[in-house]
Amino acid sequence: MNVTIRVRRQDPESESAAPFWQDYPLEIEDNATVLDALIKIREDIDGTLSLRCSCRSSICGSCAMRINGQAGLACKTQAAASLKAGDIIEVEPAGNMPVIKDLVVNFDLFWNKIMEVEPYLQPQGPEPEQEYVVSNESMLHLSGVTACIMCGACVSDCTVMEVDPSFLGPAALAKAYRFTADPRDGDDAGVSKERLEQLNGPSGMWDCTRCLECVQACPKGVAPMERIMAMRDQAIAAGLRNTNGARHTEAFAESVEQTGSLDELTLVPKSLGMTNVSGLLSYAPVAIQALTHGKMPPLIHKKIEGVENVRRLFEKVDETER
Amino acid sequence: MRYAFFPGCVSRGGCPELYPAAALICKRLGIDLWEMQGASCTGAGVLQEKNQLLGDTLNARTFAMAEYWDLPIMTICSTCQGVMSQANHRLRNPEYRAKVNGYLAEEGLEYKGNARPKHLLWILIEDYGLDKLAELITRPLHGVRLAPFYGCYLVRPTDALEFADNPERQDSLERLIEILGATVVDFSGKTRCCGFPILTINERNSLAMVGKHTSEAKDLGADAMITPCPLCHLNLDSFQPKAAAQAGREIGLPILHMPQAIGLAMGISPQELGLRRHIVNTRPLMTQLTPAAAH
Repeated sequence: MNVTIRVRRQDPESESAAPFWQDYPLEIEDNATVLDALIKIREDIDGTLSLRCSCRSSICGSCAMRINGQAGLACKTQAAASLKAGDIIEVEPAGNMPVIKDLVVNFDLFWNKIMEVEPYLQPQGPEPEQEYVVSNESMLHLSGVTACIMCGACVSDCTVMEVDPSFLGPAALAKAYRFTADPRDGDDAGVSKERLEQLNGPSGMWDCTRCLECVQACPKGVAPMERIMAMRDQAIAAGLRNTNGARHTEAFAESVEQTGSLDELTLVPKSLGMTNVSGLLSYAPVAIQALTHGKMPPLIHKKIEGVENVRRLFEKVDETER
Repeated sequence: MRYAFFPGCVSRGGCPELYPAAALICKRLGIDLWEMQGASCTGAGVLQEKNQLLGDTLNARTFAMAEYWDLPIMTICSTCQGVMSQANHRLRNPEYRAKVNGYLAEEGLEYKGNARPKHLLWILIEDYGLDKLAELITRPLHGVRLAPFYGCYLVRPTDALEFADNPERQDSLERLIEILGATVVDFSGKTRCCGFPILTINERNSLAMVGKHTSEAKDLGADAMITPCPLCHLNLDSFQPKAAAQAGREIGLPILHMPQAIGLAMGISPQELGLRRHIVNTRPLMTQLTPAAAH
């Protein structure tokens, strides 16, 4: 199979430090992965091409990069399934991390964030005389998160980190969830309240936009965003309700329960907090503009037909599940 | 062609110009809409934070109603579409569906698993046909440069959205732009996040996203942006002036709801399509339109 691998190259230490595209036409096996193609380039065509790789079987997490604009492992991506028009495959370094050279990025930021969430068990209270006993069920639930191989694909494509590098990000938050959801961490009931308090702050769990980029990028099914969502529920359940995020979630649920649909007019003030005068005032110009353009939601929010059925489901599902 | 119509909360709330524009073009297209008056909000991914099973049950309720009518569901919002597709993906598991149906039984509803909710964008491509749509274009948007902006939930995750079986969903918006006679302005932000979900949580980041995407499209020569998601529209249009102030630059990029762009190409007047209701001025864009050809 003849393909062209188009590589985004950069050598920040050279005289011409600007990134540029370089095309490598080559012949590869029909069942070759993108990594096979890159290794062939480095060995047979251009020894100056830099990339990280090791296991070639999606275990080590070394070869995360952007392939046709989407982060993933080069060793897990079939070349034949990645061909764009003209039989081209575009390969770029992972995003949101500084480039060292070509496809090799600096992972310092990634590791610092992992360290920030203190990724080890922190039980409170006396240690058991023998081992901790946990249910099979709780460990099965965690196996999805412990599958993380720290490849950085989720961080590469995180839309929040792109505008705010201080955000803890999908990898570190999913790692934190691995402990907040572990029955051995936290108090006797397995509630990691101190941990959740930290994660509840600025740059923490509520800054995620739920854009699903990390779910799509993760090659191991960790689904970081879903863990962040579950962690938000843990925080609310642990009584950490004094954030705009928690208020937003609760006001949203209340509106759907009471009316069957979303009352946008009350959602903003309820999220900001009804006593947050400066916050509320900062929305005044946008509200006035919307009003003058006839863009305001109806003042009286209409209930859907048969809303009592929705209310009943809220009661029943909540009752059985908690 | 008839659909069970799920308009979503925002098309009648924060973006009241969307619902009439969508209804208007569907009438021209000969698509008959039966509005689902008794369907609840999808939960928008927010309710799912608290309780995913409850969210899935509410969506199964909507699917069961459409099954009762024996009609496919039409959405006009990327977020509604994505949340429904994700719920439907989980509800394909018969055991899980049986559990959810247990809750629906009291209302006399049962979801058999056959609903296939579709965004109007996908319907135009997969059910209606772009060739047929082209026949209704009387004022092609020649010379207008449109940047596509999908909304996260219409492009991810690809398994729940069934991209493997429907590969044309990948570039559906670009295909539509071309049929309307406009030019596609491709840019890196087209499948990224508009920032709306964190507007009241981290406004600085939310506005940084608005500023980044609208500036990039504008700098690449876009005359306007087109989106199938009213939540994206809210942030990209209503909060664009604030985002521009934060970014310290002028932007001024009109944001069109997808049905508005289709309506303009069908020769419908900007007033009827609600373009006067936008925050970013759409008048300069209107001067670019050629007069509608006679029917």
